[in-house]
Amino acid sequence: MTSMDFLLFTKGPLFQLALTIFALGLSVRLAEVLLLGRRHNYAEARGGQWLPGLKTVWRRFYPDPGTFQRAPFDVLVGTLWHVGFVIVLLLFIPHVELIKATFDIAWPALPNPVVDAVTAVTMAALVAALIHRLRHPVKRFLSTREDYLIWTVTFLPVVTGYLAYHRLINPYPLALGLHILTVNLFLMVLPFTKLTHIFTAFIARWYNGAIFGRKGVQS
Amino acid sequence: MAAYPHPGRPHPLPTTAATLGEALREQGVSRRGFLKFCAATASLMALPPTLAPAIASALEQARRPSVIWLSFQECTGCTEALTRSFSPTVESLILDLISLDYHHTLQAAAGTAAELAREQAMHANAGEYLVVVDGSLPGPRANPGYSTIAGISNLQMLRETIDGAAAVVAVGTCAAFGGLPQARPNPTGAVAVSDVVRDRPVINVSGCPPLPMVITGVLAQFLTFGNLPELDEYGRPRAFFGQSIHDRCYRRPFYDKGLFAETFDDEGARKGWCLYRLGCKGPMAYNACATMKWNGGTSWPVEAGHPCLGCSEPNFWDAGGFYRALSVPAGDTRGTLFAAGAIGATVGAGAAVLARQRSAAAKAERTPVTAAELEQTL
Repeated sequence: MTSMDFLLFTKGPLFQLALTIFALGLSVRLAEVLLLGRRHNYAEARGGQWLPGLKTVWRRFYPDPGTFQRAPFDVLVGTLWHVGFVIVLLLFIPHVELIKATFDIAWPALPNPVVDAVTAVTMAALVAALIHRLRHPVKRFLSTREDYLIWTVTFLPVVTGYLAYHRLINPYPLALGLHILTVNLFLMVLPFTKLTHIFTAFIARWYNGAIFGRKGVQS
Repeated sequence: MAAYPHPGRPHPLPTTAATLGEALREQGVSRRGFLKFCAATASLMALPPTLAPAIASALEQARRPSVIWLSFQECTGCTEALTRSFSPTVESLILDLISLDYHHTLQAAAGTAAELAREQAMHANAGEYLVVVDGSLPGPRANPGYSTIAGISNLQMLRETIDGAAAVVAVGTCAAFGGLPQARPNPTGAVAVSDVVRDRPVINVSGCPPLPMVITGVLAQFLTFGNLPELDEYGRPRAFFGQSIHDRCYRRPFYDKGLFAETFDDEGARKGWCLYRLGCKGPMAYNACATMKWNGGTSWPVEAGHPCLGCSEPNFWDAGGFYRALSVPAGDTRGTLFAAGAIGATVGAGAAVLARQRSAAAKAERTPVTAAELEQTL
């Protein structure tokens, strides 16, 4: 198998397989979560659900002061790499091209050197987060194999993307193929691990805000 | 080496010169022009400039090597590119001055005489001649009838001819990687030269067509040093295929700044911005077009405003569409996503309905128990 065959395999049949597993797995979970709904509440509603729900979806982006004081490292580094990951994923030109070709929607992208810098910060933050997890006794105790697995599948696309962009692996089809391979891995693992939080976190936030909204209190 | 005149000899040259140097002088190539070519060859092959005189003296002394050119499943574009370069260049003269003993397109002889020329050249230069192949050939498991010459299958002719060859040069992407004939669905079972030749060195000079200078550069290296150039993982001379189009592209700064042509006639296209979004395969294509250009250094596809097709790479016909960006996957991504999503949603909905039914059934079957009843069971 030449590196070109490898690239065509990863971005052809393997990508379609990964996408199938991702879409199937995720939609099963989401449909179940959404259709099961919540237990019927017989109490009289004191307020609406929708708006408080949506407000909470947004408000949870801000860490509450107590959390920040207790764990400034987690908040800072966590935010840093999450934001970095999303920027790199959604605002890098080749990624925008992929989204455009798939959904016919596009948005302006960032210049490559900016994405490059963000990628470097994201990688550094991810490594720092792993070191912190390994060195912190409580975190290490609480960490499961799944936590290390999802760290790995998150880190690999970033690092291989960086290597491909800087052409540090030759030939390029091999570099790009490795990047797409790790993305396929990420997609296949996503629906069956904590990575589903990429989607379910927002549902959970909405339910949280909606329940409190119905009770007439702020969440 | 076949003696001149020769029944199969294409382009009979009015020369009796035994060496390249003599023949070049007869053709009116100045010493200065010749040295310039040698210096360019040295630099292209990533050799120090001090080696240019060595190349010159080796080329001058070189006996005209015998070359047998086999054309299989091809379009003659490679030969066209080589012979119709901008003007008679030193490269084209060097090519004239090899003893091209067999070449369908260029030789005057036909039929039995042509095949005789090939056999004569093979016997006269056994173990020394170069075989140049352009075009793919039906593989060992394919019907050999898809491509034959003088009733001989391509595979048989290749095997016979390489028997006494010093090396095989696969010219063009079809010969090097299978090219267009091998593109899906590959009706003729086409394979590349390197798929069937295992016992001889094969140099792949890919491109559709390859740069003429690359072909002559490989020949020059063979004549100068008597050995084959350093090859990359695809068996291509590293000196010419060592860097990607993207790394050498004059539009690269626009890629880095994020300035792109979105269509072929927008402002970006007029300003000469990067063609990545129009499907440029420059980042994955390794070739010397960006530095050597075409038609005597006039221009090259990207300079003319068209994205690189990546024609020097294996499977470039099937690499997901010429006008789709490199990052866009092959296949119907949206279809896969929606189909799998719909099936998943149905399964998820089914699971939710089952869970609700189970819960309702449990509720229906429940018999309330009072505290008094419970106490009685004690």
